[in-house]
Amino acid sequence: MAQSVAGRVATDASATELASEDLEPIYRTILLARALDERCLTMQRQGRIGFYAPVMGQEAAQVACGWALNPKDWVFPSYRELGLALTRGVTPGELLNQFFGNSSDRLRGRQMPNHYGFRDRNFVVSSSPIGTQIIQAVGAALAARRRNDALVTATFFGDGATSSNDFHAGLNFGGVFRTPTIFFCQNNGWAISFPRSRQTAAKTLADKGAAYGIPGVVVDGNDVHQVFRAVREARARAVSGEGPTLIEAQVYRLGPHSTSDDPRRYRTESEVAEWKQRDSIERLKHELIDAGRWSEAQDAELLEEVRAEVATAVNRAEAVAPTDPLTILDDVFASRTPELEEQRRQLEEMLRMGLVKP
Amino acid sequence: MTEVTLVQAINRALRTAMAADSEVLLLGEDIGVNGGVFRATEGLLKEFGADRVVDTPLSETGIIGSAVGMALYGLKPVAEIQFLDFIYPGFDQIVSELSKFRYRSGGQYPCHVVIRSPYGGGIRGGLYHSQSTEAYFAHTAGLKVVVPSTPADAYGLLLSAIFDPDPVIFLEPKRIYRSVTGEVPDGDHREPIGKARIVREGADVSVFAYGAMVPPATEACQSVETEGVSAELIDLRTLVPLDVPAVLASVEKTGRAVIVHEAARFCGYGAELSAILAEKAFYSLRAPVSRVTGFDTPFPYALENVYLPNAARIRQAIVETAKAG
Repeated sequence: MAQSVAGRVATDASATELASEDLEPIYRTILLARALDERCLTMQRQGRIGFYAPVMGQEAAQVACGWALNPKDWVFPSYRELGLALTRGVTPGELLNQFFGNSSDRLRGRQMPNHYGFRDRNFVVSSSPIGTQIIQAVGAALAARRRNDALVTATFFGDGATSSNDFHAGLNFGGVFRTPTIFFCQNNGWAISFPRSRQTAAKTLADKGAAYGIPGVVVDGNDVHQVFRAVREARARAVSGEGPTLIEAQVYRLGPHSTSDDPRRYRTESEVAEWKQRDSIERLKHELIDAGRWSEAQDAELLEEVRAEVATAVNRAEAVAPTDPLTILDDVFASRTPELEEQRRQLEEMLRMGLVKP
Repeated sequence: MTEVTLVQAINRALRTAMAADSEVLLLGEDIGVNGGVFRATEGLLKEFGADRVVDTPLSETGIIGSAVGMALYGLKPVAEIQFLDFIYPGFDQIVSELSKFRYRSGGQYPCHVVIRSPYGGGIRGGLYHSQSTEAYFAHTAGLKVVVPSTPADAYGLLLSAIFDPDPVIFLEPKRIYRSVTGEVPDGDHREPIGKARIVREGADVSVFAYGAMVPPATEACQSVETEGVSAELIDLRTLVPLDVPAVLASVEKTGRAVIVHEAARFCGYGAELSAILAEKAFYSLRAPVSRVTGFDTPFPYALENVYLPNAARIRQAIVETAKAG
């Protein structure tokens, strides 16, 4: 029976360097993310889920960052954080329920795939507008400080988001109020078709921190050690009252922006091939083998294991009943207004007459 | 009971809420040392400190977005947007985030932010200090929209808004911030959100108004008595959720309706009211529904008194509606 490693965090809660015994579970989490990602792309093409935004190429940055955080820290993700979600204790089954929008989906089928959230894992529900979570993370950090809760908020976004209003507002407020916040930018090279080189004339995205009085750090996002170290240092600064840090993790989106995108229109195969050479999976595998902690045979076994875990989770999620159509009128407000009650009665009637079908 | 102006009632409600609950905090531009450009937060910095009366950098996105984050965490933030005309940089945070958090999370993340903002014309404010854009917010599912017209309502409704589980857009009629006075209760006395108030009873015509249009509508209702017309005036107080039973009960009695708002007419809040009357009170209506509103133009500076509905225009509409049909 396959065991998910979801929810694992670093063995040592305060070390700046990644412990060698953490490498194997990190590697397994990355492989699980990759396996789930590939399966979801396939399922979207088969028409089994409506949409998918793959994370391929960014798993190591996310998993290493998640490993460096504390479970009590609040994360404000974008919609491309599968690797991060696994480190927060979210299971493939929970994610798949959201992708199918079924009756076990915590979001009650309200959002497109990838826009999940889990309050009990301090994983705030994401939205599609770019960058809006950045300033929210600053507000939550102010609230945590008001309650004397010793935690950080970490917000996740891409290179495109660094041009958004909310990036500016977030870094400015974070700098002014010295909030315990980690701004974790995954520069994956492309904002749909728009390259990083044209998103800003700044030399690096991390450079933008300087204008807000915030340290900016560039790391190789495919190097779990670099990412872990940068996040741990940023976290230490944040909890000691020294304010936020902007981390630019340089990665590459190996897949399309989403299943509605054809990246062949705007980038070359050779660029993709070049970045595939730097992929974290091969790097980590060889690091483990070179350290005498891993073998090709174990690797093949693990790959089978994570694929089986994904297959089992898919089968289970696909068998869950669909969402009850009457729930469409819930959660607009804490309780239904008289107008929503009236519309609910109308919907009941429409369903009874067969005028609408889920 | 104390006699105060409307803006003083706002100030008192904020003080009452902050004293009652340490998780209530204020944020906005110039609200601390300066006490707010209209003095709504006067004295609160000194009383509650800079952690709870937070002067922010000049960014509506920042104010509203950080208030959203605070509310997700569980605090009760009250954000001030200096003029409703300046809210648009934060519109994305309101429409895409604040209004949808509870829904999009399947109920996991309530987001109870109050956004207070002075709205409306009549202060020589021109295009960008005068607008009455309540319809944008009323049209967005997930937001409650409240517009008081008296000190007592401002006090009681703001307290309700701050302790409401849902996001509330609280629109303050700045034109009458100081021109209306009235008694407000002491202590945590709340007016329920979602209930209209009958300002005066009448038999012939129902007049619906809110915010800064209530005083001229009151004057008009009084003046038509000389014409032998008995007008009933309803102050809606809450635009979302609307007190539909109160609206229908009045029109079922009078058979005639005049709707007053200072916002532009096309797709204004009066259009929804009018549609509700057409759908639900059609057989009670004895005359066409009449709207007295601003023009479908941007808000003009020199001609603001031409733009804004006044008692004379409202009076004319009441008389014509009373005689029609």
